[in-house]
Amino acid sequence: MNLAAALRRLPLLFAVLMIVSPAILFFVWMLSLSLKYEIDNGAYPPILIPERVAWENYAKVFQSAAFLTFFRNSLIVTGAATAAALLVGVPAGYGIARMKATRAAIVVLIARMTPGLSYLIPLFLLFQWLGLMGTLWPQIITHLVITVPIVIWVMISYFESTPMELEEAAVIDGANRWQVFRHVALPIARPGIVVALILASIFSWNNFVFGVVLAGRETRTLPVAVYNMLSFEQVSWGPLSAAALIVTLPVLLLTILAQRQIVAGLTAGAVKGG
Amino acid sequence: MTQAATPATPGRIGLSSRDYWPFVAPALIVVGSVIVFPWVFTIYMAMHEWKAGGAQSFVGLGNFARLASDARFLESIVHTLLYTGLAVTAPVVLGVFSAVIFHERFPLRGLLRGLFIMPMMATPVAIALVWVMMFHPQLGVLNYLLSFVGLGPLTWVFNPATVIPSLVLVETWQWTPLVMLIVLGGLASLPTEPYESALIDGASRWQMFRHITWPMILPFVMVAVIIRTIDALKSFDIIFAITQGGPGTASETINIYLYNTAFAYYNMGYGSAIAVVFFIIVVALSLVMLWLRQRSKWNADAGAAA
Repeated sequence: MNLAAALRRLPLLFAVLMIVSPAILFFVWMLSLSLKYEIDNGAYPPILIPERVAWENYAKVFQSAAFLTFFRNSLIVTGAATAAALLVGVPAGYGIARMKATRAAIVVLIARMTPGLSYLIPLFLLFQWLGLMGTLWPQIITHLVITVPIVIWVMISYFESTPMELEEAAVIDGANRWQVFRHVALPIARPGIVVALILASIFSWNNFVFGVVLAGRETRTLPVAVYNMLSFEQVSWGPLSAAALIVTLPVLLLTILAQRQIVAGLTAGAVKGG
Repeated sequence: MTQAATPATPGRIGLSSRDYWPFVAPALIVVGSVIVFPWVFTIYMAMHEWKAGGAQSFVGLGNFARLASDARFLESIVHTLLYTGLAVTAPVVLGVFSAVIFHERFPLRGLLRGLFIMPMMATPVAIALVWVMMFHPQLGVLNYLLSFVGLGPLTWVFNPATVIPSLVLVETWQWTPLVMLIVLGGLASLPTEPYESALIDGASRWQMFRHITWPMILPFVMVAVIIRTIDALKSFDIIFAITQGGPGTASETINIYLYNTAFAYYNMGYGSAIAVVFFIIVVALSLVMLWLRQRSKWNADAGAAA
């Protein structure tokens, strides 16, 4: 009986294997590339597990002073853009949800439709005019284009689903709007804020297009730096893969650890019919 | 703004919307300056001959007239539509299939779902680099894998004829998970009764999918189609990092052409005109999709009523 049941499930398990393997194999291959010497990376047929492991590919990346600068740039840009987005986006999501002004969410939708590059032409000229090029400010400010809509979007759907009764009780007790928000709504919304924080920081961390236009030599973020390794330096696959993996590793770990929150946040607008 | 601390009228619970404006105001200022201002200024610039560092002169709709006869721009529209058509269809088909699979119960489902969505969360430029290595005609692992099934070797992104399908392969690998998540959310909200009665009637798995599941998840599939359409039209990172629009201009989409015009040739006015037309195309296609979605909803309602 048990065997028959297991056999009937075989096609399902096979299908699961089929759809999951492209993702798994890709990252396994990425890891393999990053741990091989050039001889092994240039071998045909390709080698998956090398006899000698090239840990030095990683050492090289970390020893490069420039890489640490780019890492710091990425941290500052993502950190500042996410913090600022939470600061203005969480109250905005609250206000929009309570005013039932869901039409305001259309702005967020249009922001999603607009190609990132079309923000960049005027902002590029503005930053030049203000003399900000060469600092991290242009990138921090343009990253708000990504982070603010995400935070507002997630928070609207979160606040819409939290009950009003507690807030009404607080109003009866004489609390003003701000106190209600600060002491009643905000603590309840903490899981929603975590979701917004995770998504905003991932999409800011991953962003490439703003950096490629606005970053100078010293102000590159990691995605731009890795791209430049491909285009300008002599291409050696090992160190390049190691750098690529280091850039994306924080995101991959976060994806596995905070999977539930990420899934909830990504589908919040979509599944509700936004 | 000064209304911020006004206490609520005592004894009245009705929460008036005016009181919430202070919460929204800071975000309005930010959205106004980084989103609305660029839009308005882009339209203004599109009406000017405007080179970075150079003089500006008003040309009215001249830039748009020039676009209409710009062969490279018209070609980029064709590339964009081809790319979008493929990069919507493939992820949606595979995503719906994956969602149906993930809706079943099997061991390690949570972990596997996490692994499955990694491609769409990973840094696009980082994965693009690895794809470049995998596409390598001589040393790439893809041609090696193809040799097992007696195919290839292909030249992938290094050949004008195969570059767009190759890029779509990357885009599909990357974005199938998002379609899966949206449709999976839809599947989770379905009632179980129709399946129970269908089982009693002896329906096959395919019949159940075709006649019960599909009509009910169609609205969710349409949401996925809309999101995919918007994202595929705007796709930049993958194309730029892998081919920069090449070989030649074989994979130059509107977005890449926009980048080249504005930030490689520093032709800001003309670039702005491209941005305006591009935005109109994105909105127009989104509206068509939304209209199709409304229609699919009516059909689903009609089907449910019948």
